[in-house]
Amino acid sequence: MIGTLKGQYGSGIREANSYLGQNYMIVEPSIVSELLQVLRDREKFDYCVDITAVHYPEREKQFDVLWILYSFPRNERIRVKIMISDGESVPSAVPIWATANWLEREVFDMFGIRFAGHPDLKRILLPDGWKGYPLRKDYGIIQQDQEWVKANLGIESGQ
Amino acid sequence: MVDPKTPDPKTAEATKYLSHLELGEPDKTFLDSNELVINMGPQHPATHGVLRVILKLDGEQVLGTECVIGYLHRGVEKIAENRTYTMFNPYVDRMDYVAAVSNGLGYCEAVEKLLNIEAPPRAKYIRVILTELNRLASHQLWLGTHALDIGAMTPLFYTFRDREEILKIFEKYCGARLTTHAFRIGGCQYETYEGFERDVIKFLDFVPPKIDEYEELLTTNRIWLERTKNVGVISRADAIALGVTGPVLRASGVKWDLRKAQPYAAYSDFDFEIPIGTNGDTYDRYTVRMEEMRQSLRIIRQAVEKIPEGPIMAKVPKVIKPPVGEIYHSIEAPKGELGYFIVSDGSTQPYRVRVRPPSFVNLQALDIMVRGALVADVIAVIGTLDIVLGEVDR
Amino acid sequence: MLDYITSYLSSNTTPGQAGNVFWAFVYIMIVFGGVSVAVMAMNWLERKALAHFQIRLGPMRVGPHGLLQPIADAIKLMTKEDIIPSEADKFVFWIAPLIILCASFAVYIVIPFGPTHAITDLNIGILFMLGVSSLSVLGVVMAGWASNSHYPLIGALRSSAQMVSYEVAMGMAVVSAVLMTSLHGLGPYGVSAASSGTGTLSMIGIVQAQQEQHVWFLFKFFPLGFIAFGIFAIAMVAETNRAPFDLPEAESELTAGFHTEYSGLRWSLFMLGEYAAMIAVSSIAVTLWLGGWYRPFPNALAGETWDLVFSLFPGLSFLGLAAIAFVGVRRMPKHPYFWVQTIGLAGFGAVLGLIGLILFAPPVRDRIQDIFWFVAKVAGFMYLYIWYRATFPRYRFDQLMKVGWKVLLPIGIGVLILTAILGVVL
Repeated sequence: MIGTLKGQYGSGIREANSYLGQNYMIVEPSIVSELLQVLRDREKFDYCVDITAVHYPEREKQFDVLWILYSFPRNERIRVKIMISDGESVPSAVPIWATANWLEREVFDMFGIRFAGHPDLKRILLPDGWKGYPLRKDYGIIQQDQEWVKANLGIESGQ
Repeated sequence: MVDPKTPDPKTAEATKYLSHLELGEPDKTFLDSNELVINMGPQHPATHGVLRVILKLDGEQVLGTECVIGYLHRGVEKIAENRTYTMFNPYVDRMDYVAAVSNGLGYCEAVEKLLNIEAPPRAKYIRVILTELNRLASHQLWLGTHALDIGAMTPLFYTFRDREEILKIFEKYCGARLTTHAFRIGGCQYETYEGFERDVIKFLDFVPPKIDEYEELLTTNRIWLERTKNVGVISRADAIALGVTGPVLRASGVKWDLRKAQPYAAYSDFDFEIPIGTNGDTYDRYTVRMEEMRQSLRIIRQAVEKIPEGPIMAKVPKVIKPPVGEIYHSIEAPKGELGYFIVSDGSTQPYRVRVRPPSFVNLQALDIMVRGALVADVIAVIGTLDIVLGEVDR
Repeated sequence: MLDYITSYLSSNTTPGQAGNVFWAFVYIMIVFGGVSVAVMAMNWLERKALAHFQIRLGPMRVGPHGLLQPIADAIKLMTKEDIIPSEADKFVFWIAPLIILCASFAVYIVIPFGPTHAITDLNIGILFMLGVSSLSVLGVVMAGWASNSHYPLIGALRSSAQMVSYEVAMGMAVVSAVLMTSLHGLGPYGVSAASSGTGTLSMIGIVQAQQEQHVWFLFKFFPLGFIAFGIFAIAMVAETNRAPFDLPEAESELTAGFHTEYSGLRWSLFMLGEYAAMIAVSSIAVTLWLGGWYRPFPNALAGETWDLVFSLFPGLSFLGLAAIAFVGVRRMPKHPYFWVQTIGLAGFGAVLGLIGLILFAPPVRDRIQDIFWFVAKVAGFMYLYIWYRATFPRYRFDQLMKVGWKVLLPIGIGVLILTAILGVVL
């Protein structure tokens, strides 16, 4: 399968490897939406298990966005990873898998990564007016949005 | 393993069925249109935790819903980045607090995979026994609260009484009833106490008539059937597209269980069935979970009879520092596929822990399940999805 | 003056027939007091029985085995703050519980506890009952409207829709029973060739018709009487908004019911009205189908000795209750904290035993027979109400309406037609 994909996308797929028995692919952001579509339609990865991100502040491309996919007919999992910098937006997977809706909202909520084409991209776990993206590495462990806390809860601080 | 049908028109374009409640454009007056926006607030006896559901109704029919979650968000994933691997272990119990043992199992196995060690066989058997007991307890709690939402008050008390026996076993084993912190990275910390097998076998003889009792009260009850048949139907293609897992997926006809598809922790040694349903309605989810309870008993019986002797803890270094890498490991929690994605940067603290919560993804399916249903069905469907807000919000 | 009072005692009719205002008043007070006590007892029984169904104990602390719990509840509700929503329509808000209460209690005027033990015997008794009990729908709608909030309003509308639909089914069942009163002849199928008897709508008349026909209407034209009774039994549960038809007042549904905005004593008036209505419709069912105040088998087991045996039942039942109380006394924990409760329970048992012994005295025995059997049958219905609540899930509203209109009503009409045909043909 990797062979055909590599043949199709060539340099788009930077790395396709396996660590501790789990397959993963690191791809270029430009081909990722097409690749995901191909993975669902042709390679039968019909179940999107998770969409998440990791923040590496000292790298130039700070964010790792990854899709964990599973295929029922083939009973195998694959991770597709792209690396983007702060401010770049990622094509949304909602047209491909409906489950991506809330998963992408959570990534946006926690990391601030925007997904282009998402029908309703807004915060999901944190309140709507919250400023800041907690799971980034520069957000403190007990930091809170004091303005929001003061305005909405009527207390001085959440600590 | 499973061949999904071609996607049905409802989800062919995934964006179509997302509800846009147009809350920004209020109706001119209350009498101008037939639509009513009702808020099932965060505090509500039937929403199993702090969940807010905004319903857009046309008279009695639901046109669309929007779930507002995050009331129980505690930042578990951020906390994980500031604790060592062993220190984070108790935190995972608190997510799905009803089935805490499963959470612990998933996390410990994920870290063990990252360290490339394996728990010894005896530890694996103990893990299976406790996890299956926990699955039974979780399903019993689900049954009690679901029946209560639909109006039958008595099964709640019966299931909680029987759940007590399981919690007693947990308490004797590790000291806690609910958030057990039963497992450690590399195996189990506590050896089974004196009389553990006897207690479990006594429990296995005690419970099947009780499950029959619950079934007698509900399964053929006319009112129960009318309240649950054809309520909250989700088709097979929708279920796969929406990523729902667990009994919800199995009730829609997909015969998939991670314990059989990608076995972990000694499940491959045991012989059990995976119940599936046909319609994907609430009644099918009910029968699937009842049958799962019986299959859990079967697994526990097999496990208790052949527990191997040996160590319960593998050779784990004193300071857990997994090599740089990432891993995703998931287990079949009572609610669905519970996954842990752990990124390690070589230090004693994980760089990123992502918990893939089954209730979070299942809750997303609420909207499509209650389109066109009545208000009273919304509560039944929330109950049947078996969500725990601790897991949805983390 | 004194003649006025004593003249009634020698007449053999109800105060209403005799036109005796004084005794009518006395009877009204007795019935009112009795119903209030019955409501409190029903409250206690519901909590205890429901608890025992659910493997728990129920109230145990306030008085031995919770016997004083209803009093504590009453005191609590009376001393609670009376909250009226600011935008509520004050007059309507105030009067709504009163209407429900009056409608529920007005039915007791015609309920016969014995051949002359009724406040009055209207010769349109059953019609009066159906009419007056429908007035409570008005109270429900008023309560929902006056609360000025859309949840109680929706709850009130649902509640009233449910009550009105099931009244139709109730009416069909009642008419079948009334039809049966116009037959002569003995036994379940006994109708003589010249069955041109006049039926009666009076409650006492209906019971006496059952006596003349030597059969409880439950068993008349078997299974028609049974089906009619079944329809009435289901409809009366829906009429009083009890499980499994209690969607409008269930806590776990969205609309919390028409009595959401009521607190304290006003709310307790609703509950009083609901329990009173339950007892009232159960009394109707007992009168119409279960032979009213007659003891079981008045004709199959007739004669002096059988009369004697059955007349011992009231005393025996009270002695039985006293025995249960003494068993409870023996099982009380032997600890200083429990002395007051133990003594209280023993006293309660003694009182019950005393009443039982009094009920053995011959003059009391003859008079208390009718009332006892009537109350015993109604008590059976009350237990059934609690049993339903413990066992069944709730019907969804549209299913509830479907059952009322599409199931009960056609069956009721069918039973009515078949009864009429059988009555003419046989």
